Amino acid sequence: MIYGYIHSTESFGTVDGPGIRFVIFFQGCPMRCLYCHNPDTWKIHAGNRVTAPELLSSYERNKPFYHHGGITATGGEPMLQMDFLTELFSLAKQKNIHTCLDTSGICFQPESSGKVDALLSVTDLILLDIKHIDRRKHEQLTGFSNQNILAFAEYISSKNIPFWVRHVILPEWTDDKEELFQLGYFLGRLNSLKAIDVLPYHDMGKIKYQSLGIPYPLENVPPVSQETAISARKQILSGMKKYLQENDKKKLTFF
Amino acid sequence: MFKNFPPEWEGFTPGRWSNTSVNVRDFIQKNITPYDGDESFLQPPTEATKQLWEQVMDLSRQEREAGGVLDMDTSIISTITSHGPGYLNKNLEKIVGFQTDKPFKRSLQPFGGIRMAQQACKAYGYEVDPKVVEIFTKYRKTHNQGVFDAYTPEMKLARHAAILTGLPDAYGRGRIIGDYRRVALYGVDMLIEDKEHQKATHFVRMTSKNIRLREELSEQINALNDLKKLGEIYGFDLSRPAKNAQEAIQWLYFGYLAAVKEQNGAAMSIGRTSSFLDIYLQRDLEKGLITESEAQELIDHFIMKLRLIKFARTPEYNALFSGDPTWVTESIGGVSVDGQHMVTKNSFRYLNTLNNLGTAPEPNMTVLWSTRLPLNFKRFCAKMSIQSSSIQYENDDLMRVIHGDDYAIACCVSSMRVGKEMQFFGARANLAKCLLYAINGGVDERLGIQVGPKYRPVEGDILDYDDVMQKYDDMMEWLAELYVNTLNVIHFMHDKYSYERLQMALHDRDVKRYFATGIAGLSVVADSLSAIKYAKVKPIRKDIEVKDKAGNVVSITKNVVVDYEIEGDFPKYGNDDDRVDQIAVNIVRTFMDKIRKHHTYRDGVPTMSILTITSNVVYGKKTGNTPDGRKQGVPLAPGANPMHGRDTHGAVASLSSVAKLPFRHAQDGISNTFSIVPDALGKNTKIFAGDLDFDQLAQEAFNEESE
Repeated sequence: MIYGYIHSTESFGTVDGPGIRFVIFFQGCPMRCLYCHNPDTWKIHAGNRVTAPELLSSYERNKPFYHHGGITATGGEPMLQMDFLTELFSLAKQKNIHTCLDTSGICFQPESSGKVDALLSVTDLILLDIKHIDRRKHEQLTGFSNQNILAFAEYISSKNIPFWVRHVILPEWTDDKEELFQLGYFLGRLNSLKAIDVLPYHDMGKIKYQSLGIPYPLENVPPVSQETAISARKQILSGMKKYLQENDKKKLTFF
Repeated sequence: MFKNFPPEWEGFTPGRWSNTSVNVRDFIQKNITPYDGDESFLQPPTEATKQLWEQVMDLSRQEREAGGVLDMDTSIISTITSHGPGYLNKNLEKIVGFQTDKPFKRSLQPFGGIRMAQQACKAYGYEVDPKVVEIFTKYRKTHNQGVFDAYTPEMKLARHAAILTGLPDAYGRGRIIGDYRRVALYGVDMLIEDKEHQKATHFVRMTSKNIRLREELSEQINALNDLKKLGEIYGFDLSRPAKNAQEAIQWLYFGYLAAVKEQNGAAMSIGRTSSFLDIYLQRDLEKGLITESEAQELIDHFIMKLRLIKFARTPEYNALFSGDPTWVTESIGGVSVDGQHMVTKNSFRYLNTLNNLGTAPEPNMTVLWSTRLPLNFKRFCAKMSIQSSSIQYENDDLMRVIHGDDYAIACCVSSMRVGKEMQFFGARANLAKCLLYAINGGVDERLGIQVGPKYRPVEGDILDYDDVMQKYDDMMEWLAELYVNTLNVIHFMHDKYSYERLQMALHDRDVKRYFATGIAGLSVVADSLSAIKYAKVKPIRKDIEVKDKAGNVVSITKNVVVDYEIEGDFPKYGNDDDRVDQIAVNIVRTFMDKIRKHHTYRDGVPTMSILTITSNVVYGKKTGNTPDGRKQGVPLAPGANPMHGRDTHGAVASLSSVAKLPFRHAQDGISNTFSIVPDALGKNTKIFAGDLDFDQLAQEAFNEESE
């Protein structure tokens, strides 16, 4: 039996994938994104020790609610617990449950993708968080390069796994028009991309930092308005369009 | 029994309702036009509606500024015919009628209790006419006086200590829904004829039971005659059936108005009127007599009237109910027993009043929810809920099995077949306090006095689950008996001194009576027992000073458990965790079974509710520290809700815990108050770009390029 380390579960998830979902927060994350609102999920080898059947029994009990939804693995970084995650999703697929993985893609290593392939074969949808398109700024924002993350995006697109891209808008960090355009330009080539989820930064995580005794890194940054998020979305979409114009002549000549 | 098919019924499909007996359900089933479409047909308010509503808003402002009451009757005793006509603006109102001779003027209703009427007046700077006080103290006994004449010392003590709370012993019990639709469909004369027939065919052997019923039937007929007079006061002839939609709404409303002119019940619900009235609106629309805008206007004006129902109540009463509620509950939608949904265009129109007149808690729009309701209606409900937070939902799939397809909700959750079933409202027993009595051997944890029986209190330094459960079982046994007996006294006296003659005139002769009890504090009890079972709970004992009314210490009660120290964690109700949820289920079943053991007034069928929607705040004030860690004064959770903040696994888990409670042991209803921030309900479509279509994106890009 493989055990997983879980921070908590949410029985009524409506923003982490389609429909109403049973959301599982995995414990442990290597990244330290400045705007992280779940610092309590950072620590590795902490949390509650559970098995996949245990988690799914909570789901099964309230199945009628999840008619158009399913389960979402988020965290923390679920792919840190690769074996457990794969087992959970395999079991879910046996029960015909829609599986969704919310990941930063940070654990992906292009040279050894065998375990990833096993996971992808039981994953219906991926929510991929691309924190920044610029490699250097990504490092400053998260502590890691985005090289493997972008490679992961291309990899799942090549495998034709449906995915959404999530992008948090943080003032002065990720709201630059040109960079948003570049992000869109990159996304334009990813054919299995199904949605773009622009998330305006909020400071609701602040209270968790206080209770954990960690200094809040964005003390004076105000929450982002909906208008800013809408215009950011527009920038990303125009970047995508640009790519399609330049490269996908076939589709354009169709009209 | 009906001799002919009057011209007012032309266009309706006949049936048992028209040739056999008073049968509104049959009329609805034969004539309803279910609607599967969306809300696009709905119309905004007319100029007249806007103007009237502005006037209402202005009066509301004046009322607020005047301290909560704008005007009060102090000498005219309210009856069906006591007042002349009252209007906002006679030329604009399509539906008319107020409780007194003008809007916002509260009526004087002393039959429930003269002291309550006096206190209500005094609180707002008015004084009841001394002559009225004299009549109701010297010559005419009230319900309240009757109850206190019969109460035992034990009952008074339980009431004082608030282990029995909110008892309707000083005001109208309410929770009886007259079938006001009968007034519209049959007209008053046919209803009187029917009542005369009921009286003529009733048992003639003069037992006290039969004498009482004969007297009641006569009272009912008198009330119906008064109802006709009420119509005349406003210039309408209610003796005949209503001939069009406007009359149908007006007739129905007069039925309801007559009821609230005589009864200031805790809940005066309107019933299930929307799809009934739709039949009249549909007939007029098809004949081309009215437009959709006029149909909406009629409903807007009707709802406006229901929003203006007001009673004279004391500040204490308002504190108990967190405001000044009238519980004008209207039941909308549902599915008929043959599986056909009963949503009509008028179901939409009722909810549309929340757009046209703005949001309001009254009338209490209650959707009888079924998985089989049409999708368009479900969507509209969701939209209106997000917009207004003013819609209540109840499970039709559960209740239809028991009540069929023509029941309605009284107050917030009490279901009953309209015109065929009624209930004796029973407030509630505070089960959280009962647990503290079990621990302290019947001594009240706040007052220090012996209220319950002097059983052996818990001993030792750690609470033992089995020991506490045994003691709790004994204490619930005592409480259930006392509770039912107290209610027996109340309902005997209410029937005697404040009989709901008009509401009962709009019922069949032989009604089924529910004897409704209720409990408060379920989640506190479940969590407390869970703490005792799964964590370590240490009782803290103290001596309590017992004071008299003047505040002087008269004695000291030693070693009362007044607080608890909890060591370790325990499962909490509201997280879909069977270890504690089953404790809650067990308590509900156990207490209901104890209630069932006792004789009930008029052979009422005992039921129980878990529904304190607002009074949980006051009950919390009167309940000491509890073993779950809740402190004295902290509100109990409303209804069957988990305690605030203890449900940590999201809404589905929280609702699942509540859904485990057995409806058959809580047939008078289980309520759950649910709030959620809109953002937690899903993605904002303005930010979220879903279902990306690369072809479309390419086309847009192409179009922009060529511009």
